[in-house]
Amino acid sequence: MTAPNPGQSIQQPTQDIQPKETHVEEGQKSPGGVHPPHLYSPYTSSVKRAPHELLIPLPGPMRDFGGPVFGTDRIRPDDNDTTRNARVNGEPLGERIIVRGRLLDSSGRPIRGALIETWQANAAGRYIHKRDQHQAPLDPNFTGTARMLTDDNGEYLLTTIRPGAYPWGNHYNAWRPSHIHFSVFGRGFTERLVSQMYFPGDPLMAYDPIYLGIPDKKGRDRLVSRFDLDITQHEWALGYRFDIVVGGTQATPMEENHG
Amino acid sequence: MAEQIKTEEVLHSKGQPKLNFKPLTDESSNLHGNLGQSPSQTVGPYFHQGLVHKFQDIDTAVSAMMVEERSDTPGERIVLTGKIYDADGVPIPDAMIELWQPGADGIFVTEPGVGFNGFGRGHTRTDDYSYTIRTIKPGRVGGRPPRLAVWLGMRGLLTHLITFIYFSDEDNSADPVLNAVPEARRGTLIARRGEGQGDAVYTFDIRMQGEGETAFFDAY
Repeated sequence: MTAPNPGQSIQQPTQDIQPKETHVEEGQKSPGGVHPPHLYSPYTSSVKRAPHELLIPLPGPMRDFGGPVFGTDRIRPDDNDTTRNARVNGEPLGERIIVRGRLLDSSGRPIRGALIETWQANAAGRYIHKRDQHQAPLDPNFTGTARMLTDDNGEYLLTTIRPGAYPWGNHYNAWRPSHIHFSVFGRGFTERLVSQMYFPGDPLMAYDPIYLGIPDKKGRDRLVSRFDLDITQHEWALGYRFDIVVGGTQATPMEENHG
Repeated sequence: MAEQIKTEEVLHSKGQPKLNFKPLTDESSNLHGNLGQSPSQTVGPYFHQGLVHKFQDIDTAVSAMMVEERSDTPGERIVLTGKIYDADGVPIPDAMIELWQPGADGIFVTEPGVGFNGFGRGHTRTDDYSYTIRTIKPGRVGGRPPRLAVWLGMRGLLTHLITFIYFSDEDNSADPVLNAVPEARRGTLIARRGEGQGDAVYTFDIRMQGEGETAFFDAY
């Protein structure tokens, strides 16, 4: 056993975390057929916060709940670039990356003008949030927050720093894989999604109860961005592609697009 | 079968080079040609830095106030407030609650809002762990009693929860969604109007688990 990090309470092993495909029990209900169950005991903070009662089916689809509409006036030029939008006395440290992707509905149509908000740790694995007490340095030129609207093709573009992995208190020696939090608005209430983007080849995903709470391998794979040499910019930044699909069974049925 | 997205040329601002996006079946997409939903993940404990306006003086441009203070949006000004309790009855200090609603006329926003966007975001990282959202009382939609849709996320929830808020001073007896809830639990969805001067204050607490557990809905 290694010495505990000063300032961190000593977490004894409470469970056997082994790399495996998923810890979701067979037959456990997955909201929408793709989302993680609410009660998922390997993720310890779900135990006292997840409802015990079954979710109540709606008597009809939620057609009547439109969403907010965010105009371009709310977005400034550097809002989608965390390497620029919080500079104080220089550039943030770390590996610069470009993340691009499309926001799509479940028929594959792009969703235009949708707000995407992101937040993340810095290159050292530290959030600027005061609650984060991980013994890793803050970066004075980095807050790790960004926001952007999808364009007419449903595309977004985020320039940022690759976030570091960081320890958390879920179990002994628990580490979150590198990830960027994504908050996404579709066209209505049932298309609202908060998720996380992961990086290809990260060995920590196989140990992470948050990632492994997604019951289906195809679902887990959809949250892992792909390295993309077409997005990578010569002598500037590595590129990753991260497409997002929102909208499930309750979404308003759309007319077939025969165009 | 889903229609394939055609290859399109996209020219971005700030001198970004053109990029040809290939069809969705293209191997470079993380979707692998599969249009299943992207799964939810928790908002985590640090969502404030990305989602709460001016949190720790971070210069976010997007305010998620339901009604701007000087907005002339018509409607009765109300305050929604409450605490969110875990299974032990302890207030949860790191929850995020979003409210979605139509205007006082029962119509949802379809253009970028001026003063009212039909959307507000609150959180419980406050002195007494209560959230507060100032809004206007929503109008009736299709003859149904006024209600707010609730999107609830927090550390501990890998997938958000969905519920509705109804108002104690309205006749909610014929609402089909409320009537889909077992009678003994319907009260968990009623915000109680308080007495007092000024804007009406409605209290809506949420109990995540156990006695008095709030009714949540399957609407994913």
